[in-house]
Amino acid sequence: MFTNLIYLAVFFPLIGFILNSFLGRKIKSEKVVGIIGSGAVGLAFLISAFSFFEVLALPVDERTIIVTLFQWMKVANLDISFGYQVDPLSLVMSLIVTGVGLLIHVYSIGYMHGDKGFARFFAYLNLFIFMMMNLILADNFVLLFLGWEGVGLCSYLLIGFWYDRKFEKSTTADAAKKAFIVNRIGDFGFLLGMFLIYMTYGSLKFSEVFLFADKIPVPEITLTLITLFLFIGATGKSAQIPLFVWLPDAMAGPTPVSALIHAATMVTAGVYMVSRCSILFIQAETTMMIIAVIGLATAFIAATIGLVQNDIKKVLAYSTVSQLGFMFLALGVGAFTAGIFHLMTHAFFKALLFLGAGSVIHAMHDEQDIRKMGGLKSIMPKTYWTFLAAALAISGIPPLSGFFSKDEILWKSFADGSSILYVIAITTAMMTAFYIFRLFFLTFEGKRRWSEQLHLHESPSVMTVPLIILGVLSVIGGLIGMPALFVGENGNLFASWLAPVFQPALSKITHYGEHSHTTEFLLMILSAGIAVVSIYLARKFYLQNIRPITSLVNNFTKLYKLLLNKYWIDEVYDLLVVNPIKTASEKFLWKVNDVKIIDGFLNGTAAFFDSGSKFIRKIQNGVAQFYALVMVFGIAIILFILFIF
Amino acid sequence: MIGIEFYLIVSALMFCIGVVGVITRRNAIIVFMSIELMLNSVNLTFVTFSSFLGDSAGQIFVFFVMTVAAAEAAVGLAIIIAIFRNKLTVNLDEINILKW
Repeated sequence: MFTNLIYLAVFFPLIGFILNSFLGRKIKSEKVVGIIGSGAVGLAFLISAFSFFEVLALPVDERTIIVTLFQWMKVANLDISFGYQVDPLSLVMSLIVTGVGLLIHVYSIGYMHGDKGFARFFAYLNLFIFMMMNLILADNFVLLFLGWEGVGLCSYLLIGFWYDRKFEKSTTADAAKKAFIVNRIGDFGFLLGMFLIYMTYGSLKFSEVFLFADKIPVPEITLTLITLFLFIGATGKSAQIPLFVWLPDAMAGPTPVSALIHAATMVTAGVYMVSRCSILFIQAETTMMIIAVIGLATAFIAATIGLVQNDIKKVLAYSTVSQLGFMFLALGVGAFTAGIFHLMTHAFFKALLFLGAGSVIHAMHDEQDIRKMGGLKSIMPKTYWTFLAAALAISGIPPLSGFFSKDEILWKSFADGSSILYVIAITTAMMTAFYIFRLFFLTFEGKRRWSEQLHLHESPSVMTVPLIILGVLSVIGGLIGMPALFVGENGNLFASWLAPVFQPALSKITHYGEHSHTTEFLLMILSAGIAVVSIYLARKFYLQNIRPITSLVNNFTKLYKLLLNKYWIDEVYDLLVVNPIKTASEKFLWKVNDVKIIDGFLNGTAAFFDSGSKFIRKIQNGVAQFYALVMVFGIAIILFILFIF
Repeated sequence: MIGIEFYLIVSALMFCIGVVGVITRRNAIIVFMSIELMLNSVNLTFVTFSSFLGDSAGQIFVFFVMTVAAAEAAVGLAIIIAIFRNKLTVNLDEINILKW
């Protein structure tokens, strides 16, 4: 019953958006606006949850339900309907999006208190959730693309929410534009992939495409192209190399926005899309390899940048990029379940980290530099403890959620047969634990580095309650995905829940090497040990004795500068892409093409008719006699012609 | 007996005088008279043909034309008087209100 009403889960946020955008300004009470905004998402969450239990009660092979609302477009063979597909994967996603989204909404009521764009903020957030729900519940590529573009638009609106504020060297509006434009590049790839899918399989409906993809052999080159194009789209949305530059700049938005975009919604779209198309990807080995390599490279590079950043949100931003890299690594080695599992746990602890950071920023009066914090532990105990839980989770301390999901990825990349992948991945994991606890110790522990006049205080409970809920989820969320090692072959609830979705793809994997549980267990101990060592080092360096770090910075100034400036990637982009395009646009497209050709043509047409009418206007002088004269001449000419012929 | 062509030539001359009058004269009343002249030239043609063909239809038409001309004179003069009241002139050069 609720499953058939799943479209309500999509449309409630839309209603919230409409209410708040049209009536929000008139409703003076922030409370009402906040309740409308959060309530819309809350209802969507309820419907998702009820649908989840309904689907759970169904037999395993009947767990895919398609709810078609209406036919959207029909041209020749192309038949696209507005339909939503409820299956284990989309349910997991919609629970994450609406669940974490709801908490972020509630938190925003406190965080955005007193902002002049309060209602606008909630309207955008609701629109974001609406688009994201379309993306994950769509039963065809076109509807998915609608959501895909929609979240891009909303990220633009939200990142640039404080459009008049300064952000680093430019303004938040520039950061918003950057996110939007970089995403367009990815979307272009995604569109090409969609076209190619239609050309190859003659359909854009998931159920049909994936069935054909499973049964009909297609030249590998076609599959490689399709999947590569789709992956380009994913790199844009999920901030992978080379399109990850927008994500750190997305920090320009209010902190709940960062939490929403980074944790639960937009950036996970790429991971979701690749998992959704697992049957296509699994058959294109080249693409899979590229995904694994790109994912790992992104994870590694972003982690190295995260090591030295001083802005609390910047560290978290690079951490997100890095964690997304992990997810893509998982997808690249064919461990789709592990990728989605990490997506879920990441949604919990990264949302928590961001909201915790927001709580700190809120208390510090918009100060974001961790060098100016410290000693917040006693003042903000709730924020402190929840942040600690999230930090432990992301570092991979057992048995917190991040441990199981990250370890599954590490294990699968090891089992895939490539020890290089594993070594780099575990190094990255080690850096993750280090930079998160560097952030943690600098912010919450040690000496106070802020002035006493600030009068810091803990955030109101409308903000801390979501923190606590997320904290609980971060701690226990991983238990549903315990590896077979501990709970037996069918004990991994998460994997067996998703199994029907990935079954077709996984059945095509043949090359998995056999590894014993002993190896798995040893690697697990290794990764947990590494996390503990990293945390210990971070504590030693940043709380007790800063000297080793200072000497490291001094000895490797160049490397430090390189990391601090994020490998100069933004500058390289400016030099290679942005500036040439700007110059070409200004010198040629604007001054020649636009002004001379287009404007010239249009203005010329107008001028031609203008002068023509000026001449013709003289004929109509309003003197009746002149008209008569013309008439006489006309008659004379007609008669003359008649006489001649 | 004068041939039909003489009547027609006179009629044509009258018509041309009328046309030239309509086009060239500046006084609206004179223009009006010129129009009457053209109508009368046409009447002359009607009567000529009627008489030479022994068919009375032409002469009937003349009555129609004269009736219409009388009506037109009444309306036309009224219009001219109205224009004169507004513009204080019946000089056609100065009346160029037939445009938008």
